[in-house]
Amino acid sequence: MSEVKYSKEHEWIKLEGDVATIGITKHATEMLGDIVFTELPEKGSSVEKDGTAGVVESTKAASDVYTPVSGEVVDTNQEIVDDPSKINQDPENSAWFFKLKVKDKSEMDSLMNKEDYDKFAKESSS
Amino acid sequence: MEIKKTSLYQLHQSNNAKFVEFAGYKMPIQYPEGIVEEHKFTRSHSGIFDVSHMGQLFIYGQDSLVEDLEKIFPLDLKNLKINHSKYSFLMNDAAGIHDDLILTKIENGFLIILNAACKESDYKILNKLLHNKYKMVLDEKRSLIAIQGPKSSEILNNLIKGVNKLSFMSGNWFSFQNQKIYITRSGYTGEDGFEISLLNEDAEKFTKKLIEQGAKLIGLGARDTLRLEAGLCLYGHELDKDKTPVEANLKWAISKERVSKGNFIGFSKISKQLADGVKKIRVGIKPEGRVIAREKTKIFNQSDVLIGEITSGTFGPSVNGPVAMGYVENDFSKKNTKIFLEVRGKKHPANICGLPFYKKSYVKGANK
Repeated sequence: MSEVKYSKEHEWIKLEGDVATIGITKHATEMLGDIVFTELPEKGSSVEKDGTAGVVESTKAASDVYTPVSGEVVDTNQEIVDDPSKINQDPENSAWFFKLKVKDKSEMDSLMNKEDYDKFAKESSS
Repeated sequence: MEIKKTSLYQLHQSNNAKFVEFAGYKMPIQYPEGIVEEHKFTRSHSGIFDVSHMGQLFIYGQDSLVEDLEKIFPLDLKNLKINHSKYSFLMNDAAGIHDDLILTKIENGFLIILNAACKESDYKILNKLLHNKYKMVLDEKRSLIAIQGPKSSEILNNLIKGVNKLSFMSGNWFSFQNQKIYITRSGYTGEDGFEISLLNEDAEKFTKKLIEQGAKLIGLGARDTLRLEAGLCLYGHELDKDKTPVEANLKWAISKERVSKGNFIGFSKISKQLADGVKKIRVGIKPEGRVIAREKTKIFNQSDVLIGEITSGTFGPSVNGPVAMGYVENDFSKKNTKIFLEVRGKKHPANICGLPFYKKSYVKGANK
């Protein structure tokens, strides 16, 4: 198992080989409330670190999903588009958003580990 | 200005509500179960809403008060029976809406329920229009609690015998632990329900009794999705000073009798619009896909011409899809007219549809 890292925009990212799986954190889902709509990037498209790579909407509002690293979208999770409530149920596992073929692994270095993220999330919500 | 709290604030807090500032009050937007569950529980069971931030304006007076109020509201108040309610609006001379409200005839006067954000200015406007002739009390000593949903009548009747006999849009005084409380059968969710006006000091114990009977606290988030599915207007969104009741498709609330005779504020504009039609009108809008079109979303016709704007849009949990209301040019207001909604730079197909989005199918016959 490789280490999971976290962004300040509340995304998680898990790198396996050249491919990173990205989703939003449990903390993010708790802040958003019931997620009722998801939009994902197109397969084959390129995304840039910290750029928009999707949208999640709760009953209350829409929020952008950012990508913590640059790369090419190689897969997206249709299940969370068909049933967005799955994101609230299992955000950091089966409800991943998209997979990227990572352009530059060193972009991972600036991201937080679990301990730092938990601290960051706690501070940013208080 | 200091942020106000309702008498149920502690109860909301102990039920782990998430709070939001709304019209100067710290109000619960949702509880841990979340907006979707709260919405569904109200539709299937019974939800309690703290609406104590809304204004409860008592105006006391006799026959001349009825006449004076008729000069303000497009209602046939002379024939309104005691304890019966009417939906109406406070308008300016151009028939723009200052506020929408529910007016109930009570002994010695009227009770008017006003939107929280408008209540202070409504009071001033009304006091001026009535030339300070009547005793007017914007009662801060009373709370207002709504109970909505199919089980509400049974639950409330267990506490207050006889409320189940009230007909829709009527009310009466009842008593709770020797205190007078005023209950109307009304609401803002598209469900059967009641609104209870009672003293602040009784609000918490009364609400706890409702909870003991199986009702649950519901936040403003679900109140919004419920009212939107029911096709009901929210002031500041569907209604404001630049929109008239005719444009808001609320002409059902204007008394025909009164329009034939005139003599109320906004009459000339209203009668002109009723005769000649309007340029823009409020409609229901159903996106074809799952994309949610929020307030201020631009609406286009099939030739890509801008024809209007969304005023409220969300995901409707009972409809299980996105729902919206907005204003479009009258030529595009017919049901099933295809339109396009611009969301994040892309145009998404949608259709004009009838309101409400969600309609209760009541069981009328018992033996089926």
